[in-house]
Amino acid sequence: MFTHGIGKRSAKVKNTVERGAVKKFAESIGDLHPIFVCEETGKQSRYHQNIAPPTFPRVFDYGTIEELKLPNKGLIHGEQIYHYERPLLVGEDILCYSEVKDYYERNGKSGEMGFLLLNRFGEDLEGRLIFTEEQVVIITEAVRREMRV
Amino acid sequence: MNSLKGLPVGESLEEITLPPVARIDLIKYAGASGDYNPIHTIDEEAEKAGLPGVIAHGMWTMGNLAKLFTPYYEEAFMENYAIRFKGMVFIDDVITLHARLEDDSEEKMSFEVNAENQDGRAVITGTVVLKKI
Repeated sequence: MFTHGIGKRSAKVKNTVERGAVKKFAESIGDLHPIFVCEETGKQSRYHQNIAPPTFPRVFDYGTIEELKLPNKGLIHGEQIYHYERPLLVGEDILCYSEVKDYYERNGKSGEMGFLLLNRFGEDLEGRLIFTEEQVVIITEAVRREMRV
Repeated sequence: MNSLKGLPVGESLEEITLPPVARIDLIKYAGASGDYNPIHTIDEEAEKAGLPGVIAHGMWTMGNLAKLFTPYYEEAFMENYAIRFKGMVFIDDVITLHARLEDDSEEKMSFEVNAENQDGRAVITGTVVLKKI
């Protein structure tokens, strides 16, 4: 039911790695380490700047894929993979977008399950890739039945 | 700062046990991440979804697990972080974070990682690859 979305992409959205957002995020995962939040530590570090925690890209806006209408309830997050070319630097602007990589259905314990593979990307303003994210979202039969109605 | 140098393959980083999961932790994560799915914060909504109570965001647990590596970002950065979500985390659960070095080369170190609950069941499992710099 999502197969028509395969290969579709969102338009790129400019995001900023905001200092305040990084601090709030680091605090929420119990990781207020100076490399994330202390300006002096950032300057002295090999990155010459504070960096963001690796799961920080959760906060970014990746734009909308028109063909992909997901329910906001009943989705199961199955897998999450990050790949980094380098860490995200506090204060930098990045362009983010998402893509439907694949969709397939399999029979499982609780009926036919849908597997949606979403990719997300973050690039610098020159178009160089900084990170990619792969997400597997599991959509149960009950949710899909509801969506058809 | 601690160092990863000299850590033998097969050895683990010092584990971290988190304080019991509190609702406020999940409310904070919802605010910080922008994930306001109410099954993570409001019992009624969790129950409507067939759950016994609110569950932690999988990404909250994944975010926490990464802090095993934070002290080492002067010598390496996290190049790959791959997680499978295996079980739910409820309020009052006590989560322990683990990472064991599986492979060490000139350029990279690979770890098997997981977060376990108080019953010793893995709630997330995966791998971390650090790239030395």
